[in-house]
Amino acid sequence: MQPDMTHTVLSSATKEVVIGFDQPFVMIGERINPTGRKLLAQEMKNGDFSRVEADALSQVAAGAHMLDINAGIPLADEPALLAKAIKLVQSVTDVPLSIDSSIIEALEAGISVYEGKPLVNSVTGEEEVMERVLPFVAKHGAAVVAVSNDDTGISEDPDVRFEVAKRIIQRANDHGIPTSDVVVDPLVMPIGAMATAGRQVFTLVGRLRDELGVNTTCGASNVSFGLPNRHNITGSFLAMAIGSGMTSAIMNPLHAEAKTAVMAANVLMGTDANCSAWISEFRDPNTTGGRARSGRRRKRAE
Amino acid sequence: MADELSTGAVEDGDEFEDEEVDLTTLDDADLRTQMMDDLYDGLAEEIAEGTKILLSRGWDAEKVLGDVLVEGMRIVGIDFRDGILFVPEVLLSANSMKAGMAILRPLLAETGAEPIGTVVIGTVKGDIHDIGKNLVAMMMEGAGFEVVDLGINTDVDEYIEALEKHKPDILGLSALLTTTMPYMKVVIDTLRERGMRDDYIVLVGGAPLNEEFGEAIGADGYCRDAAIAASMATELIAERRNAA
Repeated sequence: MQPDMTHTVLSSATKEVVIGFDQPFVMIGERINPTGRKLLAQEMKNGDFSRVEADALSQVAAGAHMLDINAGIPLADEPALLAKAIKLVQSVTDVPLSIDSSIIEALEAGISVYEGKPLVNSVTGEEEVMERVLPFVAKHGAAVVAVSNDDTGISEDPDVRFEVAKRIIQRANDHGIPTSDVVVDPLVMPIGAMATAGRQVFTLVGRLRDELGVNTTCGASNVSFGLPNRHNITGSFLAMAIGSGMTSAIMNPLHAEAKTAVMAANVLMGTDANCSAWISEFRDPNTTGGRARSGRRRKRAE
Repeated sequence: MADELSTGAVEDGDEFEDEEVDLTTLDDADLRTQMMDDLYDGLAEEIAEGTKILLSRGWDAEKVLGDVLVEGMRIVGIDFRDGILFVPEVLLSANSMKAGMAILRPLLAETGAEPIGTVVIGTVKGDIHDIGKNLVAMMMEGAGFEVVDLGINTDVDEYIEALEKHKPDILGLSALLTTTMPYMKVVIDTLRERGMRDDYIVLVGGAPLNEEFGEAIGADGYCRDAAIAASMATELIAERRNAA
């Protein structure tokens, strides 16, 4: 498989996003997740989705290409909450979504109300999970995140995790899901608790790119858990992961350190054509150039 | 869709983002303004189209070049100098200029119109750095010069051969290294020995150089950046022609 040919295309009703090695890194907004957000959890449980809407809009405004939607609230009707959140977010933004739950019924509820082609987050290498998740991913023509752990747990050995990822991809293929619709999550551990967490990911992502040509994503913020100045750790991690072959991440685009690191990595990987995204983000806004008009004209369609 | 991603999913209040302009519907003055903006934005196809439209309306090639393209690149040069435009953008602008020049060049040759000037440029012997030199060459072309690029690692004999062949107004010498910049003096001294020095305006540039060095080795001008190189070349040629 030529890595450059791997394009994972996600869509909403009106917009497509492409994850690929020749594409700018795809930032998937992480904020709509009640885990560790007491207030959001309480509000969602009570049917107040105003914060979900606000988080959707602010992340898209900050540059998120996609949004991750998670409704994992203990002792709540997660399938119903997830479906409601997805419908709401799709009514206020046009970015494609990642439907995120560890409860398979919630994933199904989410996918059934989704307009477009979502990223289903996630399937693991556990036998039962694969056999339950992959059929409806295939049925809906969705893409799926493959988390590289299995019935034996999460290995610290990247080569073992590689084999797990490979097995999930093969199983997905058996269900009629093309490899380009599988996005592998190498599992990012807190570096403060495990010194090898970074290198494990870089090694695994590199192998996944070079040997399987498969796209990857991860929960990037996890890496900096428990550290001071953590967003700079997340940013450097993202840049290094992108250098190793990572093509998307669930992250917070509102954190300037992380977003700037991604934008710089796009420049350095040559996926920000003519450095145009970088320049327009960082050009001194107080300068007035010599253009006659204030806008930029759209290039003619190819 | 790839385009959407490359410009970022969210455009920050770019109200003209979706504007599609039909160049044929603009009158001459608006078309000129639009083309100068398109040059600024680095839209090569649009510059080629606009150039053809102006020619079809009876503009002569020299007027299209001087009033639109050179004037547009002059503004690009100013904004580059002032830190408003950046290198990748200037390269796109210069590339658009080239698209217009490709159409105009044969017409200019036919009418025997005198070019603004001819430049022979090269990175000096021992030095293989050419990004800055290429940028200068592009800006010079953008300003309407004929540019003869000798490439990298150019020794004095190659310079002299090119000078005799192309009879340029300007010789441009580039170096990035402190170890190679003294070769500029070798070139200038050799020109002097052969009695050719005063036939050319010699401009020098490169990261380790400064004004003082330029004067010390007997150059006519030190160019801090590519935009200055183009404007200085234009000025010095005008001075010389007025003096003659």
